[in-house]
Amino acid sequence: MKEQKDKSKKDESIIKDATGGDYKYGFVTDIDTHVIPVGLNEDVVRYISRTKGEPEWLLDFRLKAFRHWQTLAMPRWAHLDIPEIDYQSISYYAAPKTKPSPGSMDDVDPELRRTFDKLGIPLEEQMRLSGVAVDAVMDSVSVKTTYRDRLAELGVIFCSISEAVKDYPDLVKKYLGTVVSYRDNFFAALNSAVFSDGSFVYIPKGVRCPMELSTYFRINAANTGQFERTLIVADDDAYVSYLEGCTAPMRDENQLHAAIVEIIVEDRAEVKYSTVQNWYPGDKDGNGGIYNFVTKRGLCRGDFSKLSWTQVETGSAITWKYPSCVLQGDNSIGEFYSVAVTNNHQQADTGTKMIHIGKNSRSTIVSKGISAGFSQNSYRGAVKIAKNATGCRNFTQCDSLLLSDTCGAHTFPYIDVQNESSIVEHEATTSKINEDQLFYCNQRGIPTEDAVGLIVNGYAKEVMSKLPMEFAVEAQKLLQISLEGSVG
Amino acid sequence: MSSINQYIELYKENVEAVCGNSAGALNSARRSALEALDGASLPEKGDEDYEVTSLEDVFAPDYGVNVNRIDLGANPAEAFRCDVPNMSTCMYFLFNDAFHPGKNAANSLPEGVIIKSLKDAAAENADLVDEYYGRIASPDCKQTALNTLLAQDGIFVYVPDGVVMEKPIQLVNILNSGTPLMVNRRMLIVIGNNACARMLVCDHTQNCGVDYLNSQVVEIYAGENAVFDYYDIEDSSTGTNRVSSFYVRQQSGANLMIDGITLMNGFTRNNYVVDLAGSGTELHLYGMAMANGRRHIDNHTVVRHAAKGGRTDELFKYVLDENSVGSFSGLIQVCPGAEKTEAYQSNKNICASEGARMYSKPQLIIDCDDVKCSHGSSTGQLDQQALFYMRQRGIPEHEARLMLMQAFMNDVIAGVRMEALKDRLRHLVESRFAGNNSASCRSCSSTCHKQ
Repeated sequence: MKEQKDKSKKDESIIKDATGGDYKYGFVTDIDTHVIPVGLNEDVVRYISRTKGEPEWLLDFRLKAFRHWQTLAMPRWAHLDIPEIDYQSISYYAAPKTKPSPGSMDDVDPELRRTFDKLGIPLEEQMRLSGVAVDAVMDSVSVKTTYRDRLAELGVIFCSISEAVKDYPDLVKKYLGTVVSYRDNFFAALNSAVFSDGSFVYIPKGVRCPMELSTYFRINAANTGQFERTLIVADDDAYVSYLEGCTAPMRDENQLHAAIVEIIVEDRAEVKYSTVQNWYPGDKDGNGGIYNFVTKRGLCRGDFSKLSWTQVETGSAITWKYPSCVLQGDNSIGEFYSVAVTNNHQQADTGTKMIHIGKNSRSTIVSKGISAGFSQNSYRGAVKIAKNATGCRNFTQCDSLLLSDTCGAHTFPYIDVQNESSIVEHEATTSKINEDQLFYCNQRGIPTEDAVGLIVNGYAKEVMSKLPMEFAVEAQKLLQISLEGSVG
Repeated sequence: MSSINQYIELYKENVEAVCGNSAGALNSARRSALEALDGASLPEKGDEDYEVTSLEDVFAPDYGVNVNRIDLGANPAEAFRCDVPNMSTCMYFLFNDAFHPGKNAANSLPEGVIIKSLKDAAAENADLVDEYYGRIASPDCKQTALNTLLAQDGIFVYVPDGVVMEKPIQLVNILNSGTPLMVNRRMLIVIGNNACARMLVCDHTQNCGVDYLNSQVVEIYAGENAVFDYYDIEDSSTGTNRVSSFYVRQQSGANLMIDGITLMNGFTRNNYVVDLAGSGTELHLYGMAMANGRRHIDNHTVVRHAAKGGRTDELFKYVLDENSVGSFSGLIQVCPGAEKTEAYQSNKNICASEGARMYSKPQLIIDCDDVKCSHGSSTGQLDQQALFYMRQRGIPEHEARLMLMQAFMNDVIAGVRMEALKDRLRHLVESRFAGNNSASCRSCSSTCHKQ
């Protein structure tokens, strides 16, 4: 009986959470932050490198990237209306004035700890119970990585990338920029020049990482950009599941987030990368919000390697993001599961690339777009089967759901097959919510708004079921919040 | 430097000959075309919607342009007979781009129907041609602008309001020249309100040892509740490069069928731009391509639903053998306010050999919620199990493959709305797959293929 009561109480709180409606991570933490003046030039790049005490080769890497970036123009091919961005009015480095690598929880600024508690990121005890190792990145700097010692016993390295540069320079040097070159695109070049921190994960041969690894990104300071860099290496036969979450305060100006994620998967290794992206999307009239221009790519280098991307995209004013798999190893597998929700004036152009180079490589793409309000939601995906990649298989399904007559849902698949023994399939549908289903729910006393939530969750279930448990609950709630007020 | 420049220079040097051998609206459209081409270049490989196709390369060779309208051969109407059994048609010819009516063609036309040389029409039916010529052909498309700059003749088809044409119109396009030749062909087709017509167009090449560049622009206007079928069969030669652009506008209730079939070619790029301007329109856009050797077939479609209740059914199928390259890029756009749109787009391809390459890009842009849209694309091989099944039952592999490929194409043929043509197409596809590379449509008694 008591259990039942508890359960119904819990349900109630979920419903309360779910219908809270507004962006609940929009607070600003008043902590002492070190922000450098706005603007970008070689001195800034040198300054960042010096502040972080980086070796010469990394500074060279940054400078090369910066010089290349100067020759590039902002890409305009996406189905997005991106206002001019003044790259000289952004501050490229902001860090909480805490010691960069605190030895224990006591060293962490209490205000900072409270922030992460508020976000529901327990950096402390409760973390141990839930068994997730967390790396929290505030503005530009990684503030705390939990659970490190236990991971170290297995040889797993999980730390901020600045620490990795110091402690494991050979590993970082070997892999940094091998998947996403600084020449890759405009934002990759920018990130390579000014990246400030991020996470580094190395899983040694034959190790199955016993817990989920997680990074939590938070932009706090005003007028700053966040440029983090994540590098994950899974050596032969290794396995890791990695989670990423992000939030930002509510501000009237737009803030830029340009990250890079690089993943290397060796023979028979497997990496699962899950994202719940909930950057501040701007207010109902489209003011403010994060510009989320991210380059994510994994290289399945080994035979029988596997990389799986799962993303729930609910935040950001503008999203430009294509987590991709380069399937280089024979029999390698790439997966991409995505739910992208846009409401109000949000815009998203997201999808994936599956580049089949290895023989018998396989890929699956499932993308679910939901657009409401005045938003624009595009799926853009490329599947390429190289000439020698015989026996490959790809299946793509991308569905779009339209919840208002002022929003847009678009599909841009690019399919290039260069041999005879591969099979590539693409399917897409676009429609609005089935009125019969709505009517059925209404008839049974479920208000339209809840009914829409129900249907949308069912629609997205295929992707949600791929998320790790902790994230699935959060993502489901997020989905509901994001669509709040979009019906009727 | 863009290969456009050589044509601009040629035009500037011969402006009097170009205009003198043409008339009215064709000449008055040249100025804006020239402006549109100023400093422009043609799409190259890798440009959006031209992922595997470079028009710069296609236009680069030094082709001759017959600006002085020298008669390059005998009257084709006397020499050729391109028949579809059991089908009686009103037959016309475009010899390169010069118009010739077939025997007795004019006698069998219903009252009010005009089918004549576009040049003559621009002079004699100036008000009609002025009203429609160049209105939907976009100068932003550089190959279209180039065609507008140089086009001197072509065909004009006008079916007045309420007229139902029993007999299909058949147009035989023939390329023939002793030296490499660029032909700028222009077609203007106006189907009035409640009118009904069918048109069968086939492209042939004589003197196959010569390279041709066939630049073609077709403008089709379909009035309210008009019904129009357009079948375009390309059966040319390895040395023939075809760059063709179709612009179509449909008014309310218009029902169109456009079927582009590439049986034999060298290089082909077809653009289909359809504007469903009125409500309750219906469009069937089909395509079928068979390629072997180093042939290149690229179809690009843009269907724009601008009003309520439109319906599109789009299907393109390719069979690619040897080292051929196929490309399909299709876009269906549903504009705000175009509710109750139903649009289906499908692209299915078979790569039958190791060297074949297929590029597919089916796209949807939807800015309206009450719609049903879907698209699909698949690229693969013949069903190995079906093949095995057939061989097990004593059908030789070669034949079994043939049967499967024919079956693959069957649903495009099934969409054809003329029974006699359906049978003909089945036969043509069969003989094409049977390895009959040099002649396909000409088992009929004509001599097109024998020269």
